[in-house]
Amino acid sequence: MVENRPFRDFMAYLTLVVGVIVVAFPVYLAIMASTFDAATIINGNMPLIPGDQAAENYSRTLFYGGKAAREPVMGMMINSMIMAMGIALGKILISILSAYAVVYFKFPFRKTAFWVIFITLMLPVEVRIYPTYKIVADLGLLDTYTGLVLPLIASATGTLLFRQFFMTIPDELLEASKIDGAGAFRFFKDTLLPLSMTTIAALFVIQFIYGWNQYLWPLLITTKSSMQTIVIGIKKMITTTDALTEWQIAMTTAVLAMVPPVLVVIFMQRLFVKGLVETEK
Amino acid sequence: MAGVTLDTVRKIYAGNVEAVKGVSLDVEDGSFCVLVGPSGCGKSTLLRMIAGLETISGGDIRIGDRVVNQVEPADRDIAMVFQNYALYPHMSVYDNMAYGLRNRKTPKDEIEKRVKEAARILAIEPFLDRKPRALSGGQRQRVAMGRAIVRKPQVFLFDEPLSNLDAKLRVQMRVEIKRLQKALGVTSIYVTHDQVEAMTLSDKLVVMSGGQIEQVGSPAEVYRRPETRFVATFIGSPPMNILPGKVEGPGRVSVGGQTIAVTDMREGLAPGSAIEVGLRPEDVQAGGAAGSSSLGMDVDFVEELGATQLFHGKVAGTDFVVQASTGQIPAETRKLTLSIDPANVHLFDPQTTKRLGRF
Repeated sequence: MVENRPFRDFMAYLTLVVGVIVVAFPVYLAIMASTFDAATIINGNMPLIPGDQAAENYSRTLFYGGKAAREPVMGMMINSMIMAMGIALGKILISILSAYAVVYFKFPFRKTAFWVIFITLMLPVEVRIYPTYKIVADLGLLDTYTGLVLPLIASATGTLLFRQFFMTIPDELLEASKIDGAGAFRFFKDTLLPLSMTTIAALFVIQFIYGWNQYLWPLLITTKSSMQTIVIGIKKMITTTDALTEWQIAMTTAVLAMVPPVLVVIFMQRLFVKGLVETEK
Repeated sequence: MAGVTLDTVRKIYAGNVEAVKGVSLDVEDGSFCVLVGPSGCGKSTLLRMIAGLETISGGDIRIGDRVVNQVEPADRDIAMVFQNYALYPHMSVYDNMAYGLRNRKTPKDEIEKRVKEAARILAIEPFLDRKPRALSGGQRQRVAMGRAIVRKPQVFLFDEPLSNLDAKLRVQMRVEIKRLQKALGVTSIYVTHDQVEAMTLSDKLVVMSGGQIEQVGSPAEVYRRPETRFVATFIGSPPMNILPGKVEGPGRVSVGGQTIAVTDMREGLAPGSAIEVGLRPEDVQAGGAAGSSSLGMDVDFVEELGATQLFHGKVAGTDFVVQASTGQIPAETRKLTLSIDPANVHLFDPQTTKRLGRF
């Protein structure tokens, strides 16, 4: 900055710091809570420095069921991981293929097909939840991973994102491929896919978190506790009716639930930046 | 290697827009044919039809003896250089050149041999491992040419390959393309809107306008004896001056009451009928004394080009440009006498715009 205005700078930083504290404090509190025993949390005088129960809490949460006969959180994390990965990868696969079809192939009702996909953007899962549930139930997919993942895969957002990206790729690249003897599939595999890597990474991050945080759908179609996802797990831990809520376990689970999305963001961000730096048009 | 023959080729787009209106053309084996014309004249469409990137609405295209109307681009044995190079951005220079060969299941050592050879010819050996984005415009252009060369095709197709380069590099690459084409002896069809490129590169110059061929010939023929007014004003820089005139008699026309003699004039033109008189700025002798075949010109301003000067003004009320060597005529001159060599006068029919020369 050319201008030097210390007061303005100070105010700007102050606002930032206050904002960060407001956002980060509950997270910090959750992390701290996961290091104490139940009694310390419940009596309301929990200190703000880490306690000594961390190892105990985390191993108990991850691997043993509790008094309320809950599942070990490790199993929930595996379920959530399978669901989030399935949704993210499935969405990418489906939307990149449909965008490829809509952009690069001329077939009757191509425009119609695109608009139909586009219109589904306006229908969130909740709106079509009853028919979806009915179909999944009739197919016998309740309490299965397929049932968890499949109905959430179709993605208008992803198709739209890939379509917009494909339209920025010059036609000459397709023509050069044709002259170089590459057919439709080879053009997709050798040229389009490598060029789409950054878009894929972006979509993966968004959809992984979307899948990980799913609540309503898994709540509806999973009844077995072995199929529970971690988000449902947390909810069930908090609303126990016949026993005291084990807050230290709930907080530990919350912290654990944050780890995979954070890792995905951190890891993918590097790929993001790399892709952004390398892309040149 | 093979020549390319077009037989009344048409292209009609949806909505009945006729982009190419029945073009017939013979490109001999090993020759360098340049299609030139203003934008929208159908030259690129024609090239893309030869490449197989556009369907053919009518007529036949033959490469060698084979009609290729229904043949896929990859199977036509052609290679194309695009205006924006169309290099695969995620592949190294080596892979860019090797890609087409790999798709054709060429043996690995053969691919390596050909790519190395092409890189040597084009002087891009140091860049083989780089990605296209790390190259300059001229180097990318060479890689695009390399991709065409390694295929050893029967025909090279160039779609305005130099228009993305700066002026100096364009001249340099133009010379290189010409040299390369002569060395390889591959039939080449080259599309451009730049008439200087067209003149310098071609063995056979094809001037197009409005989806039709206006004239085909050697560059010298097209320049010396343009068949239509369009060709006359399109080829040559600055463009030919066209003045309205009248037929006076055999070998004589008048422009604004001043008579000039003409060598190449059709017989039997009715005296008094309107005619268009074409004079190239460089063919007119400025600053002489008024003679039997001369025109008077009012000068408005002068453009300096270094070695030459362009005098802009009016002859008989029509805009006129004369080129003269610098220093030959004082720049402040306001009245010029132009002496006209009868051999340098081009006559055109005002209605059909066709040349009215001897057959």
